[in-house]
Amino acid sequence: MGDVLPFHFQVVAALIFAIGALGVMLRRNMIVMFMSIELMLNAANLSLVAFSREIGNDQGQILAFIVMVVAAVEVAVGLAIIISLVRNRDTVNIEDTSQMKW
Amino acid sequence: MTEHENTALRWIPLLPLIAAALSGAWLVFGRRALPRVAVIALACGAPIASFAIAVVQVFKLALETALPPDAPYYSDNLYTWISAGDFHAELAFLLDPLSAVMVLVVTGVGSLIHIYSVGYMDDDHREDRGFQRFFAYLNLFTFSMLMLILGDNLLVMFVGWEGVGVCSYLLIGFWYLDDANAAAGQKAFVVNRIGDFGFLLGIFLLFWSFAQAGLPTVEFREMSANVGLLAERTVALPGWLSFLPGFPTWGLLTLACLCLFVGACGKSAQIPLYVWLPDAMAGPTPVSALIHAATMVTAGVYMVCRMSFAYSLAPGAQATVAWTGALTAFFAATIGLAQTDIKKVLAYSTVSQLGYMFLAAGVAAYSAAIFHVMTHAFFKALLFLGAGSVILGMHHQQDITKMGGLRRRMPVTWATFLVGVIAIAGVPPFSGFFSKDEILLAANQAHAIPGHQALWAIGMATAFLTAFYMFRLYFLVWSGESRADHHTQASIHESGKWVLVPLCVLALFSVIGGFFGLPDAYGDLFGVQRSNSLHHFLQPVVHSAEHEISHATEFRLAALTTCVGLAGIALATVMYFWRRDLAAKLAAAIRPLYALVRDKYRIDELYDAAIVRPLRALSSSLLSRGVDQGLIDGLAVNGTAKLVRASADGALKYLQSGFAQSYLVAMLLGGVLLVAWLVRGS
Repeated sequence: MGDVLPFHFQVVAALIFAIGALGVMLRRNMIVMFMSIELMLNAANLSLVAFSREIGNDQGQILAFIVMVVAAVEVAVGLAIIISLVRNRDTVNIEDTSQMKW
Repeated sequence: MTEHENTALRWIPLLPLIAAALSGAWLVFGRRALPRVAVIALACGAPIASFAIAVVQVFKLALETALPPDAPYYSDNLYTWISAGDFHAELAFLLDPLSAVMVLVVTGVGSLIHIYSVGYMDDDHREDRGFQRFFAYLNLFTFSMLMLILGDNLLVMFVGWEGVGVCSYLLIGFWYLDDANAAAGQKAFVVNRIGDFGFLLGIFLLFWSFAQAGLPTVEFREMSANVGLLAERTVALPGWLSFLPGFPTWGLLTLACLCLFVGACGKSAQIPLYVWLPDAMAGPTPVSALIHAATMVTAGVYMVCRMSFAYSLAPGAQATVAWTGALTAFFAATIGLAQTDIKKVLAYSTVSQLGYMFLAAGVAAYSAAIFHVMTHAFFKALLFLGAGSVILGMHHQQDITKMGGLRRRMPVTWATFLVGVIAIAGVPPFSGFFSKDEILLAANQAHAIPGHQALWAIGMATAFLTAFYMFRLYFLVWSGESRADHHTQASIHESGKWVLVPLCVLALFSVIGGFFGLPDAYGDLFGVQRSNSLHHFLQPVVHSAEHEISHATEFRLAALTTCVGLAGIALATVMYFWRRDLAAKLAAAIRPLYALVRDKYRIDELYDAAIVRPLRALSSSLLSRGVDQGLIDGLAVNGTAKLVRASADGALKYLQSGFAQSYLVAMLLGGVLLVAWLVRGS
C-alpha cells in the first residue's frame, strides 16, 4: 500500500461525478436521478476539500459547506415536486412527464 | 454698468409673451374660457404696454447725449445662452435706430390691430374658445416679432424668425375646420421652411468664416465692426456651376448674403417664394393686416438692412436683391390688376410693395427701405383693416364684383379706405408718395448696380400699375350701384367703435407718416435743415448710399413719379367710374392674356406640376411604399419577426422536446465544451 496522494482524491471525485452524471442521463426513475445528482454534488465537494487541503487554503472547505446547504435545500424542493407529481399523475417515470414542449 | 445698458428693453418682448402664456395656459388647463373682458385686457394691454415702453426708450435713445452719436444703442443682456469654447451667444436685446423704428411700427400698428381684432372677432362663434385662442396666438406672434427685431445676434433673430413663422401658420389656419384654410397654413409653413433653410446656411457660413478669421461671433455689432476680415475671402465653386457669372470663385460675403436673401425671399414673399402670401389670406383679416402686411413680411427687409454691412461689400448680392425686388414688384402688380377678391388684391399689392422695399435695400438705400416699411405698415394695415370692415358689413362677402355703392352705407370705413388708397397710389403729400419716391430716386442714382435705369423704369411702371389697380379696387367697392343680392343689401352696416377707431388712427398716420422722412430737398423749401429725420436717425447703423444730385433733378423725378401715379388713377377712373363697360370690353378683347393674369400666370399650377406632384409621387412611391413600408416596416421590423417565426416553426421548436433528460444531455455537453475551451492549450 502506497501513500494516498492528492491525485487519488481527484480521481475518486471524478469517478463519482461520472457515475452521477451517467445516472442522471440514463435512469428514468426520478428518485434515482435525484440520488445521482447528490452523487455529483458530493463528488464536487470531495474535490473542493481535497484541493483545499493541498494548497492550504480554507476557501474550498467553506464552499463545500455552502454546497451542502444548497443540496439540502434542493432536496427539500425536489422531493416536494416529486411527491406532488406522484399524487397527481401516479408516476415517478421521467418519460411520462414530457408535456412541457411545443 | 455702461451707458449702453438698459434693462427696460427685456419687457418689450416679455409682456406679450406673458400675456400669451397666461391665456394659453388657461386654454389648456382652465375649465372654460376666460371672461371676454379679461381676454381683451390681457391681449390688448400687453402690446400697448410694450408700445409705451418702446416709445420711452426710443426717445431716450434719440435724445440721450451720453451715447456716442456715431453708434447710439442700448443693449440688454439677459444671460449667456450658448457657450462653447471661444464662442458665446447671449440672449440679448439691442435697441439701435434700426430696431427702434421697427419696434415702434410693430408695437404701435400691432396694438391698433389688436384693438381692431376685438371688434372683428366679436361675431365669430365658430368655436367656443376661439376668441381667447386667437388673442393668445396674436400675442405670441407679437413676442416672436419683437424677438426677431430686438435680437442682438443672428441666433436670437432666428428664434424670432421661426416663431413668427409658426404663429403665421397657426393664424392662417385659425379656422382650421375648413380644409382650404388648413392647407393654406401648411403651404405658408412649407414655403417658409425652404427660405429658412437658406437663411440657416447663411448663418452657418457667416459663423464659420468669422470663426476661421479668429472671431467666432454671430453678434451684429461685432460682425459689423469686423466684416472687413471677410471682405477679400472667396470660395471656389464646383465645376458644374460653371454657368454662373464670376465662376470659378465667388466672394464669401456674396455667397453668405445670397443665402440670407433666400430666407428673406421666403419670409417676405419675393419671387420665387411669394406663392404662400396670397393663400395666407385664408386667415382672419386682422391677421392679414398684422402679419401679412405690416410686420412679419417686412422681416426679410429688416434682416437685409440689419446685415447691410455685409451686403454693402457684396455687389453681386446687392444686384440680386434689387432685381428680385423690382421684378417681384412689377410681376405682383400685374397679377393684382385682375383679382376679384378684395383681400387677394391687397395681398398682391403687398407682395409688390415688398418688392419695392427690396429694390431699395438692393441699391443700398436702406433708410428708404425702412421708410417704406413704415409707411407701408400704416397704409396697408389701414387698407386691410378697411377691407375687414367691409367684409364684416357684407357678411363675409369678399368678391368685389358683388360689392359697389358702399360709400353711403359705411362712411367712416369709406373715408379711411380712400386715404389708404391715395397713400399707396403715391399722391403727394400722403405717406406713400415720399417713401416710394425716395426708393425710385435711389434706383435712378444707383450707378453701381447693373441696369439701374431699367430698375427705375420697372419701378415707375409698377407705380402706374399700383395706382391703377388700387383705384380699380376703390371704385368697384365703393362707387356705383350695389351688386350684392337683396338679402345682403338690406343688412349692410357700418362697423363698431373697436373697428373704426384703429382705422382713423391709421388713416391719420397714412397721411402724415411721410413727414418723418421728408426728403431734405423738400425741407429746404420750408427752411428746415435735415428734414429727413428718419434717414439721419438710421444712418449710423445702415450707412445708406448718399446721392449727389441737385434738388431740381430730385423735384423733376418726383414730378414724373406723381404724374405716373395720377395717370394710373385717371385710367382707373375712366375704366371703372365713367365708362364701366370699357373694362369688360378690354378684358374680352384680350381674353387669353386676361385669363392668364386672372389665374395668377398659373404659377401655382406650374409649381404643382414641376415640384409638388413629382415630390408627392416620389414620396408615395419610393419613400413611403419603397423605403418606409418596404425596407423599414417590411424588411427590418416584420422581416425579423417572420424570420424568427419561420425558423422556429420549421426546425428550432423541436429542440424543446419536453424530455428533461435531453435537456440534461445538452447541458452537460455544453459544460464539457466550456471546460475544454477553458483548458485548451494548457
